[in-house]
Amino acid sequence: MADHAQSPGNGHASGEEGTRRDFLNLTAASVTAFGVASVAWPFISSLNPSKDVLALSSTEVDISQIAEGQAITVMWRGKPVFIRHRTAAEIEQAKADDSADMKDPQADEARAQKPEFLILVGVCTHLGCIPLGQKDVEPKGEFGGWYCPCHGSAYDTSGRIRKGPAPLNLPVPEYQYLSDTRVRIG
Amino acid sequence: MSAGSLVLKGVTALVGITAVLFVAATPHHGVHVEKESWSFQGFFGKFDKAQLQRGFQVYNEVCAACHSLDLVHYRNLTEIGLTEAQVKEVAAAVTVVDAMPDENGDPVERPGLPSDPFKAPFANEQAARASNNGALPPDLSLIARSRAGAGFGAHEGADYLHGLLTGYQEPPAGFELADGMQYNEGFLGFQIAMPNPLSDGGVTYADGTEATVDQQARDVSAFLTWAGEPNYENRIYTGMKAMLFLIVFTLIAYAVKRRVWAKIH
Amino acid sequence: MAANFKNPVIRWIDHRLPVFSYLHHEANEYPTPKNLSYWWNFGSLAGFMLLVMIVSGIFLAMQYTPHVDHAFNSVERIMRDVNYGWLLRYIHMNGASMFFIVVYIHIFRGLYYGSYKAPRELLWQIGVVILLLMMATAFMGYVLPWGQMSFWGATVITNLFSAIPWVGDSIVTLLWGGFSVDNPTLNRFFSLHYLLPFVILGVVMLHVVALHRFGSNNPIGIDTKGPQDTIPFHPYYTVKDLFGLGVFLIFYAYWVFYAPVTLGDPVNFVPANPLSTPEHIVPEWYFLPFYAILRSIPDKLMGVIAMFAAIAVLFILPWLDRSPVRSGAYRPAFKLFFWMLVFDCAILTICGKHAPDWIWSPFSFSIAPDTGQAGISIISMGQLATTYYFAYFLVILPLLSIFEKTKPVPLSISRPVLGAGGAHASIAQAPQQMEKF
Repeated sequence: MADHAQSPGNGHASGEEGTRRDFLNLTAASVTAFGVASVAWPFISSLNPSKDVLALSSTEVDISQIAEGQAITVMWRGKPVFIRHRTAAEIEQAKADDSADMKDPQADEARAQKPEFLILVGVCTHLGCIPLGQKDVEPKGEFGGWYCPCHGSAYDTSGRIRKGPAPLNLPVPEYQYLSDTRVRIG
Repeated sequence: MSAGSLVLKGVTALVGITAVLFVAATPHHGVHVEKESWSFQGFFGKFDKAQLQRGFQVYNEVCAACHSLDLVHYRNLTEIGLTEAQVKEVAAAVTVVDAMPDENGDPVERPGLPSDPFKAPFANEQAARASNNGALPPDLSLIARSRAGAGFGAHEGADYLHGLLTGYQEPPAGFELADGMQYNEGFLGFQIAMPNPLSDGGVTYADGTEATVDQQARDVSAFLTWAGEPNYENRIYTGMKAMLFLIVFTLIAYAVKRRVWAKIH
Repeated sequence: MAANFKNPVIRWIDHRLPVFSYLHHEANEYPTPKNLSYWWNFGSLAGFMLLVMIVSGIFLAMQYTPHVDHAFNSVERIMRDVNYGWLLRYIHMNGASMFFIVVYIHIFRGLYYGSYKAPRELLWQIGVVILLLMMATAFMGYVLPWGQMSFWGATVITNLFSAIPWVGDSIVTLLWGGFSVDNPTLNRFFSLHYLLPFVILGVVMLHVVALHRFGSNNPIGIDTKGPQDTIPFHPYYTVKDLFGLGVFLIFYAYWVFYAPVTLGDPVNFVPANPLSTPEHIVPEWYFLPFYAILRSIPDKLMGVIAMFAAIAVLFILPWLDRSPVRSGAYRPAFKLFFWMLVFDCAILTICGKHAPDWIWSPFSFSIAPDTGQAGISIISMGQLATTYYFAYFLVILPLLSIFEKTKPVPLSISRPVLGAGGAHASIAQAPQQMEKF
């Protein structure tokens, strides 16, 4: 134990030792903190979407079967996506309303890559209900688009919020035409 | 206690524990398994992607006729070096029944997608048995792991598979083979229902490697080792970082411990 | 005695709810014998492992599906698709083995230094309860991946209860929730596997409370006689535990990263199949000694009783060993028998692993099927080892209490008997300690 022979009474030695211990303690504390953080990361990361979930994060849809005036609903990332084949009248109406007074103003042109096909995430921006209006028998609301039964939000033929508590338009997902009849969403 | 004797005792204890655990964990090996050399062995092991792709070709052209690979998805093939486009092509070559029926409730058939699992050759166990003389060709997803001795590496399963695939022989004189069985010195009991699947030149490798039986066996064993644990390389690599950190951490902790205890001794 | 905290918020809270005073008293200034060796590290390591298992288990449970149709695949999904899922699972499955290694060493340390003796009998018994709970938890956890060994292990172990006369079969049906191990069994095992660790946590707290009543035992085995014999837990034992943790983590990480499935059985990579039993059913290594004891007794009921008795005997150990000397360091004969017990448990572990009719050849490490070679069968070896196991507790310890001639015990931790064997290190310290009086 010769290396510990310094007597604690020696002021100079204990001062130097004190600094060295401070440095050591600081190093030990930071290394420990780094270790805890690096172990925490895998645990937190495991909560993020896994590879099988991410593999389904985009979906391809054949839109050739949708008749004019009809709409289909496809599942994408666990949410319904509305794809409506709009009639000429609906498109015209949507364009005419571009200048109307709206909560979340947006031109119809910015909401559809091809005006005939409107692709929207079918989740009401108020509190997450699914608006009605996909089928002929369902109410489309007073603006001819969709109507949310939960709190009465009404969307127009461009999916823009026109009336009711919802703050924003129905969102347009990221999508891409692979061909004239195939669309990849996501 | 001096540091020297402490280290000695510690090392003795660790070696003792490890020895008992090792003996306790060593399974029965019914057959002799030849040790081969694999690129993924050892602390710095890595899969040879060209080999994995050749192995995938062997699986796809030979094994897949009878054996499923349920836990592997087409998308996983990017991990052995296929491009996204190639993966799409491989997946689209099979027709799968979508999980979602159409509006009339009829099943919908569509080309496979990268997100689909490998398509199984038989619809169910009964169909598989009916086509294979009553024997069930096992799923190969975990074959390398479930047949591995509990050794200290990922190569044990590969050794076993390679030994099995190259183990077909004429039965020794006096050995009674049951009907429809083959003699294989790499299989427990030496009688296997699977006919010898590999033959020299049975596949044609795109990279020009000569497709001997041994080469095919080696490649498909490597591929199935990867299929059993796709995160293998990740594990080894993460382990290296963890070990380095822990050694530094322990040395610092030891230094702090000595400092603090200097007052007591 | 309330500690003087500098932080006014802590002071305010502590005045009303003295948790900080309590922690300060129990984990900071807690007077600990100053001569604890590294064998005393394993208590804190066991606590650390409990936390690791609970945390990794909670995260795994978020990804796992307790249904016979999905369990196996959901575990493989964790291994393949969940971010770092493979790491979480390897930490958890090897963590079980590490937990048992640490706890077994902790128990043997207690056996050697007489930590079960008065006034720590209850502390010891609470520890045995923790061991039992750990075994139940580990067993049920092993069933969850629903591989072949999971399924057949569950079948064999639950069938042990059928040995109970009259009501055995009804009990087994009750455990299964059906007429075989099936979905209801898997579901309840998952539920209990999640619950029991928190029960263990509670019992561990009792263990710590009981420990702090009289303080830690120590390698000399005599009570602390005053402040000169103790040092505050912090920083002395916190840094020592931290260093020990580092060494232990290197060992643990080796298994997690480089041999993650070595301690398990490869057959568990085959999904459970109720129609086909694997050739050789063995429990995980930490149950092997008990499995060997079970198999040593040819009678079904007696085998089960012997297996449970192997743990029950630990409950009454404080009254079997009446020797007034606690530490094995001063008991030459005891020391010999103790190390034989350690060796005996290693033998039992090996016997539990292999088929009963295999032959263990002496002086070589070969254990092989019987082909007429010289040696002793695994079953006979197991019977010998079982005999010694019970003899140690039921015969040797009581007799030693009467006949053993012990060595002189030091008067105090700070002032060992000069010239007494095994105290060289302390002699060197003695002059330094004198200054402190």
